[in-house]
Amino acid sequence: MAHHFGVIRFPGSNCDDDALHIVDTVLADRGSTGEFLWHKETSLGQVDALVVPGGFSYGDYLRAGAMAAHAPIMEAVIAFAKSGGPVVGICNGFQILCEAGLLEGALTRNESLRFICKDIFCRIEGRPTPFSKSLPAGRHVGMPIAHAEGCYRHPDVERLEGESQVIFRYCDAEGGVTAEANPNGSINNIAGICNAAGNVVGLMPHPERACETVLGAGGVAGLALFESVLETLSSGATR
Amino acid sequence: MKAKVYVTLKSGVLDPQGQAVGRTLGKLGYEGVKGVRIGKFVEIELEVDDPKLAEEQVTKMCDELIANTVMENYRVEID
Amino acid sequence: MIQHGPKVDAALASEHGLAADEYEKLCDGLGRDPSYTELGVVSVMWSEHCSYKSSRIHLKTLPSDGPQVIEGPGENAGVVDIGDGQAVVFKMESHNHPSFLEPYQGAATGVGGICRDVFTMGARPIAIADCLRFGNTEHERTSYLLHGVVAGVGDYGNCFGVPNVTGDVVFDDSYNGNILVNAFCLGLAKSDRIFRGYASGVGNPILYVGAKTGRDGIHGATMASAEFAEGSDEKRPAVQVGDPFMEKLLLEACLELMEEDVLVGIQDMGAAGLTSCSVEMAARAGSGVELHLENVPMREEGMTPYELMLSESQERMLMVVTKGKEQKALDIFAKWDLDAAVVGEVTESGKVIVKMHKEVYADLPATLLAEGLKYDRPRKRPDYLDEVAYLTLDSVADPTNLGQTLLEMLAAPNICDKSWVFEQYDHMVRHGTVVRPGQASSGVVRVFEPESGRSKGVAIAAGCNSRHVYLAPYEGSRLAVASAYADLVAVGATPLATTDCLNFGNPEKPGIMWQFAESIRGIGDACRLLETPIVSGNVSLYNETDGEAIKPTPMIGMVGLLDDIDQVVTAGFKEAGHRIAVVGTLAGGLGGSEYLKHCHGIEEGAPVAFDMAKHSKVFAAMLEMTKAKILSSAEDVSDGGLLCCISECCLGGEALGANISLPVLEGRLDELCFGEGPARFLVSYTDENAASVARMASGCGVGLLEIGCVGGRELRVSVGGELRLDEPIDALARAFHYTFERIS
Repeated sequence: MAHHFGVIRFPGSNCDDDALHIVDTVLADRGSTGEFLWHKETSLGQVDALVVPGGFSYGDYLRAGAMAAHAPIMEAVIAFAKSGGPVVGICNGFQILCEAGLLEGALTRNESLRFICKDIFCRIEGRPTPFSKSLPAGRHVGMPIAHAEGCYRHPDVERLEGESQVIFRYCDAEGGVTAEANPNGSINNIAGICNAAGNVVGLMPHPERACETVLGAGGVAGLALFESVLETLSSGATR
Repeated sequence: MKAKVYVTLKSGVLDPQGQAVGRTLGKLGYEGVKGVRIGKFVEIELEVDDPKLAEEQVTKMCDELIANTVMENYRVEID
Repeated sequence: MIQHGPKVDAALASEHGLAADEYEKLCDGLGRDPSYTELGVVSVMWSEHCSYKSSRIHLKTLPSDGPQVIEGPGENAGVVDIGDGQAVVFKMESHNHPSFLEPYQGAATGVGGICRDVFTMGARPIAIADCLRFGNTEHERTSYLLHGVVAGVGDYGNCFGVPNVTGDVVFDDSYNGNILVNAFCLGLAKSDRIFRGYASGVGNPILYVGAKTGRDGIHGATMASAEFAEGSDEKRPAVQVGDPFMEKLLLEACLELMEEDVLVGIQDMGAAGLTSCSVEMAARAGSGVELHLENVPMREEGMTPYELMLSESQERMLMVVTKGKEQKALDIFAKWDLDAAVVGEVTESGKVIVKMHKEVYADLPATLLAEGLKYDRPRKRPDYLDEVAYLTLDSVADPTNLGQTLLEMLAAPNICDKSWVFEQYDHMVRHGTVVRPGQASSGVVRVFEPESGRSKGVAIAAGCNSRHVYLAPYEGSRLAVASAYADLVAVGATPLATTDCLNFGNPEKPGIMWQFAESIRGIGDACRLLETPIVSGNVSLYNETDGEAIKPTPMIGMVGLLDDIDQVVTAGFKEAGHRIAVVGTLAGGLGGSEYLKHCHGIEEGAPVAFDMAKHSKVFAAMLEMTKAKILSSAEDVSDGGLLCCISECCLGGEALGANISLPVLEGRLDELCFGEGPARFLVSYTDENAASVARMASGCGVGLLEIGCVGGRELRVSVGGELRLDEPIDALARAFHYTFERIS
């Protein structure tokens, strides 16, 4: 069954090509297609799922994601999310979804105060979401991170944990959730979360950079995230 | 004593951040925003009691570390 | 006579950096005294930075032709054919002086400038590399400069969205007062859609696009050509501030515009901004331009023509579009929220005429400005060369504890792991990075062939061992080229072409000029032999503080092609049981080695010379093996010699140990273990591939010596049957990884 992804393009998005490459080329044989959606649009057209990609929307000036959250297209994104459509925000996309109020919490400067680009591991946890279904909870996978503002903060993290909204948690190569394995100082090693309804997911790691063996990372763990959405859509489980 | 330091970009130095914020304010419907420039506000707690000495110390700190005097100005207030 | 601004005379000209005879030449060329604005324009065009007046006669001796070359030096960047209707566009450029004054912004705008040079030609940037040189790690300013420069390079490239795939960082006393920040950018274009800086077509409008003009870095170009002196802190000009977000918009808008049939010529406003841009575009096309400065988007009030012409505000472009199609261009810029304005038109006058509100402020012949000056400065072999020529090892004891010496070497700032640096750079964005920094001496990015989608690879190597060039300017420069070549060969790429960034001291000193000329001769000879022509480049002179020049540093950037991305090889050992061998000569030499410098404080002797007849065979053998996909790992043995290379291959992948057995040599143990020399490779392969490897090596007439195998958790080295080193991999890792945390 064919499924169509919209990849939102803000001024300063720079992982937009990467995301489109996965949903439109790498997964083409699985019936996946994709297109860019320009930030000045007010309608999404016919899409089955949305990717808010990484980058530096509006230069990340003021606060990462702050200005993109007010872009014209965001009203349509919010409506799509409220109606149960699957939305994933990757890196800057996660920051934008938090600023737009679709996800809880905020992302602040890394504890080291430096940009960090490297491979990390994270454990799959929490409730099943359209983006993590084919990744069994408790497993851990390798993905790269590349961000300066990925330190997750939440005023009531116990509730978030209690509701099983933490979906990805930084861990070491053996799956242990340790302080050393936390690359940016995020509370409880949180790398990714979902909203209360479970259809909106945000994560700092870059699954779209871990889909092809030829690339330096070598792993393909990220592919499962996109495959999850395709499976979810095929089963008609959303909307 | 407490010192308040306001660090601002020197006039004429490009402020990409301020520009981007200004443009977005315009798009949000705030008309008549002529310009936005963004700076830093720093609070420093000091053990000294003499305001003059405090100002001297903080001025030195600003020159050495807090402000980048190549492109920033600063103003010190002592409470 | 144009009457505006202060009265111009020889004294004012001198303040602008024009020598008395240069000012005379200007007056003669004009047949009158220049106006104030004209003086400003001429002073930047005739500065060393823009005119290459000291270096031109030498640069023109460099080879720049070849069947693969689409565009050689003279344009914004060089263009090289990679087949399938595709071309790579690349160049390396310095931003040394601005980075010393304001490391963060200086480095950031350096990256911004080189990326603009590449995308103005119609290429989408797909890789950045940077070569950084700092003073001694113990010097008081080093840590500050290191933090600032690395953050500046990182923040700009990360936001702009181009992966930083390779480069190097070297510390040396000679850079204490004058750091080097050399940035390289490579873009991908269609080979029949290359755009150039031509102002052609009389009557065509000239469009200004991008950031508004402020009083940034006025006379930055002339500053970059004057050496520092104590007290120069006081006369700091307004620093240029980079805006990578603006540049990203500019990139996307320009590439979108280039898809349309609108653009005639385009050039980035870099150093000397509007001045050099308009002059060079007119001169190349043999046309003239008339500018109406009141239409230039301005950031500050009351800017004068002098300031508008000389401003170095970043992220601006000048373009010539076909008359009648300007609206199409303006629409695209509006889509990307960019300021754009028509600021002039192309004329047939051969002159650059600058007007503001209809008044003429400058009226200058374009060729007089663009051709600039040309000097054959006196050269004399510097005396220091006699002092450093002969290496005496009598006082240097051979290591008694080889393990301890290796740990010391791995922790040396110029050998140790640089992940502290490259983890601050996004080296993966744009889903193309196949070989990352730290995985090999070259970076490799994937390129899709447009029709079939087949994956090719473009490899980039960048660096220079300035100690070699200091000790032997001609030979050291040949070695710099050979070393970049070897770096490419090691990842399986066939080298195509070269860019250079020549960093030297004050050319008015005969000794420096001699170094420069010898270095160019060396680069030229090596590039001719290896058939890797120089297609672009940059010269940075006056790299001195208080009369102390840097070590001559001709940075070499070389680009190679992998026809099939699957033939790529990285440095790290892959699996226990693989055989380890050296392709090429086993032993190196100690002259000019990192070992002598780091462990004994000696910088003397001659580095082992590059021998084309012998070493080209080694390169050919390596390329044959990588094409056949029979190597599991490959690394060029360079700084730190054989043992450092083996250690890096142990640590480069899954942290595997190795058992090494070296034959007895007549010479010294340290020479065997840490000696350096060109065209030596450490490779590993499976038992099944061993016969093929041996056959190819002997087929090329190249030495192949199996020295051990991968395995265990230790590095064990025996020499002549005697165990001389037995260190746990963890200990090597500690030495290799933690130095930078301390430096930074």
